Amino acid sequence: MPALTNLSRRTELATLSDIDRALINRLQDGFPICEQPYQIVAEELGLDEPDLIERIQQLLDDNVLTRFGPMYHAGQMGGAFSLAAMRIPCERFDEMVKVVNQFPEIAHNYEREHELNMWFVIATETPEGVADVIGQIESATGYRVYNMPKEEEFYVNLRFKA
Amino acid sequence: MSISVLKHKMINGPDRTIDDLDRNIIIATQGGLPLVPKPYEALAKQLNTTADEVMSRMQWMVDFGVIRRIAAVPNHYALGYKKNGMTVWDVPDENISDLGKKVGQLPFVSHCYHRPRYLPEWPYNLFAMVHGKSQDEVDQQIAEIKAVLGEHCKQHSVLFSKRILKKTGLRLKT
Repeated sequence: MPALTNLSRRTELATLSDIDRALINRLQDGFPICEQPYQIVAEELGLDEPDLIERIQQLLDDNVLTRFGPMYHAGQMGGAFSLAAMRIPCERFDEMVKVVNQFPEIAHNYEREHELNMWFVIATETPEGVADVIGQIESATGYRVYNMPKEEEFYVNLRFKA
Repeated sequence: MSISVLKHKMINGPDRTIDDLDRNIIIATQGGLPLVPKPYEALAKQLNTTADEVMSRMQWMVDFGVIRRIAAVPNHYALGYKKNGMTVWDVPDENISDLGKKVGQLPFVSHCYHRPRYLPEWPYNLFAMVHGKSQDEVDQQIAEIKAVLGEHCKQHSVLFSKRILKKTGLRLKT
């Protein structure tokens, strides 16, 4: 369970070498499925395999990368996901973050500058799961959850050039 | 990406759905891929199967969109993208498909969706995420979206992120 201490993820700019930048860009594009995939990527970048693995570990430790691995799509697994928002009074915000984040179905959660100040993605294994989790969050917090599932997806491609 | 083709139709592949071994692979990798020279073999040992079995199942999950991709997710703040805005727009429902596609094509938009309104307090139905290294950059991006929407946009707002509260990705219950 991520503790609140993990919550203040680094927000300052990292100092990155050109190699790390190239590595971050490369790793966002997809990773091979083969016996020694790190070897393949290392060769592409002109590194050796142990160096590549160590660099990825370091970028994760430094919180430059938040994760590295398969990005699962709850909808294609037969489940569902949705974006939802809540309006939480400032003085209760941190307390309510803990309550909401406790749910393993909360995949991402952001504080945003708006009256609706908490925005999170719910990912569940079953289609009915989203409504169940919303009901549980509303009872646990006492605040309304605005469910905003997508009605149509126009574009998704989140990549950041390092 | 092939997801749009699969959307609303096929859950999992054409000839099979997720079984226990797939589910165990998902649970074993949802925190990340092992950082060892032979990661699929390491998973296979952990799950009491073969590396070939793990690789073929993961390839199947990639092919059918269960895995969007195997990749790194950067902390965008660390890369200098400190202005991350969820731009939200109130446009007529009858035009939204057309407008959404145009906004989604802008190079700086990472996600673009039609989502429901909650009247009267939430009149916005078109969502587009933008990311920039400075306020000026993001202001410019917002102006470009506004120009694309033109007179169709009745009102809009931008919700900047203040803090990442959680970013774990999907987690199955074990």
